Amino acid sequence: MTAMTSDVPPALVLPKWIAPVLLLAFAYGVVPLIGSSYLFEAILLPFLALGLAGVGLNILTGYAGQVSLGSAAFMAAGAFAAYNFNLRVEGLPLVGSIVLAGFVAAAIGIVFGLPSLRLRGFYLAVSTLAAQFFVQWALTKFSWFSNNSASGVIDAPRLSIAGFALDGAVGRYLFALTVVSILTFLAYRLVSSQTGRNFIAIRDNETAARIIGIPVLKTKLLAFAISSFIIGVAGVIWAFAYLRTVEPDGFDLDRSFQILFIVIIGGLASIRGAFFGAALIVVFPLALSRLGGFLLGDVFDSGVLDMSQRIVLGALIILFLILEPDGLVALWDRVRRRLLFARQST
Amino acid sequence: MPLASYALGVMEASVYAPEVFARGLPASLRVEAQPEDRTTAVPAADAAAPLLSLQGIGLSFGGVVALAEIDLSVRPGEIRAIIGPNGAGKSSLINVISGVYRADRGHVRLDGASYAQVPTQRLAHLGVARTFQNLALFKGLSVLDNVASGLAYKVRSNFAGQLLGIGRSRGEQRDFLSRADQILEFLDLTAIRHRLVGTLPYGLQKRVELARALVAQPRLLLLDEPMAGMTAGEKSEMAAFVRAARDRFATTVVLIEHDVGVVMGLSDCIAVLDYGRKIADATPDEVRNDQRVIDAYLGVASNDEALSVNEGRAGI
Repeated sequence: MTAMTSDVPPALVLPKWIAPVLLLAFAYGVVPLIGSSYLFEAILLPFLALGLAGVGLNILTGYAGQVSLGSAAFMAAGAFAAYNFNLRVEGLPLVGSIVLAGFVAAAIGIVFGLPSLRLRGFYLAVSTLAAQFFVQWALTKFSWFSNNSASGVIDAPRLSIAGFALDGAVGRYLFALTVVSILTFLAYRLVSSQTGRNFIAIRDNETAARIIGIPVLKTKLLAFAISSFIIGVAGVIWAFAYLRTVEPDGFDLDRSFQILFIVIIGGLASIRGAFFGAALIVVFPLALSRLGGFLLGDVFDSGVLDMSQRIVLGALIILFLILEPDGLVALWDRVRRRLLFARQST
Repeated sequence: MPLASYALGVMEASVYAPEVFARGLPASLRVEAQPEDRTTAVPAADAAAPLLSLQGIGLSFGGVVALAEIDLSVRPGEIRAIIGPNGAGKSSLINVISGVYRADRGHVRLDGASYAQVPTQRLAHLGVARTFQNLALFKGLSVLDNVASGLAYKVRSNFAGQLLGIGRSRGEQRDFLSRADQILEFLDLTAIRHRLVGTLPYGLQKRVELARALVAQPRLLLLDEPMAGMTAGEKSEMAAFVRAARDRFATTVVLIEHDVGVVMGLSDCIAVLDYGRKIADATPDEVRNDQRVIDAYLGVASNDEALSVNEGRAGI
């Protein structure tokens, strides 16, 4: 499905669209009927928002090869822009605010992508930290962004599309699912288009890409813009559908790292990988707290949980980098291929 | 160029190799195509006019002179080899011709236009393609996509059109893939068209890189050691492909090679570099018998060395 993992023998693979269509049918048709509000609030909504942010970062880092530590800043830009468009522009539908917020995030992405024209790797990563600190500072400093709320906190508006209220847990889930599905589909189209191949070319060999006539500067900035657009919309979902109340501090450097981990653990240059990584990052702390509480009882309080979570997550990342640099997606493909092979040979 | 000057300002603290820095200079600071030469340029129809000529090219890195006073003139349709010992400046010369390096002195004339630094970004539009000494393929792409990427300079559709599959993008895509397929067929690579290029053996990767350069049907093809690290059989195969490419696409070829035997059979003309200077430029037969070339390749003891050897003996 992606450039990195396309060496699957074609004879064993069903048509590519079957798995996503079945998954979507399940997500739309079955999950809303059987899911508890806990499932939506604590698992599926953060999973969708972080998964989409992972898709955005993956376009920039996985495909175009530009490392960024500013993802949370673009999420914040998207969330606060959507809030302000919604608040200040009379009669603008929700979808309009979201799209405009995406463009705002894209514009900020282009500005902070400019150093990539001269910087690479480590140095670029450090320069994207500027986005992280600047956006957070600006949102805290100028209370206009949060409509003069004393603490910088914004409350999400009522979610409704064409008169349908989507305020319940299921409604917000369906809203998030729809936005994420559309953008993920477009991202998938993008990475298999000429532009996506140009991204990969620049990642794999910038000099060669320049020589064969790929407009390197333009393409890098385009990668920053598209990536930031998607991450910005992910920020809107995070703020409007998942948390409902956010402050600039919620989009700190930790969040940027979290999204980077999602991409690395899930698999660089893989759209599916972002969701694999997001699933792990979301489910893992919950599973750990259940397991810890079950095994250790009262000793396992929230402090211990937080600490053990960091330790285990850190160890997992190191293990992944060593044992499976291509991420969960490569692991998944290998297991699936082995299962198919086993079934064929029996 | 507000973008470029902003980027320049941001980047002053960067730690880059000097050549990368030079290449990345904003276009406004570069000396580009000098129109004064166009008026005096010989029309391209004249077959005797050189397609590529270098005039007094000089290049040094710090105190090390890589190229000194190099003149070179390549006729259309010619296969011109550049040979020389390690460190003679062969790759530097290709890098100057393709604009990866900027020469300290001299000019590169391409098809009548004269450049102090050839604009790398427009190289493909100028009808120049090249390969690299160390493979420069896109490892994450299939063979077919690598080759099709050689046509990237022709893309006119924008990404939104590509996303939605509307406008120019569809026809463009079909055209690129069919042209890439023709080149793959020509170079006998069709069987591996869907393989990831990173998984191929070295010799095949070299051939894929040739395909990527050829797909644009360049007028000038620069090959930087296309046969390095190959077996004798692979080398003669590659030489046959290079000759076939010249015959079929009327491409002018400039190639660097270590293996003198292969070069003698393949090229029309051979330039020999040693310590950044051109010491010979003639037909294979003349070069074979040139005393200076033989000395450069086999090595002669300089007077100093001979003296020190004698002194050493005397000491015993």
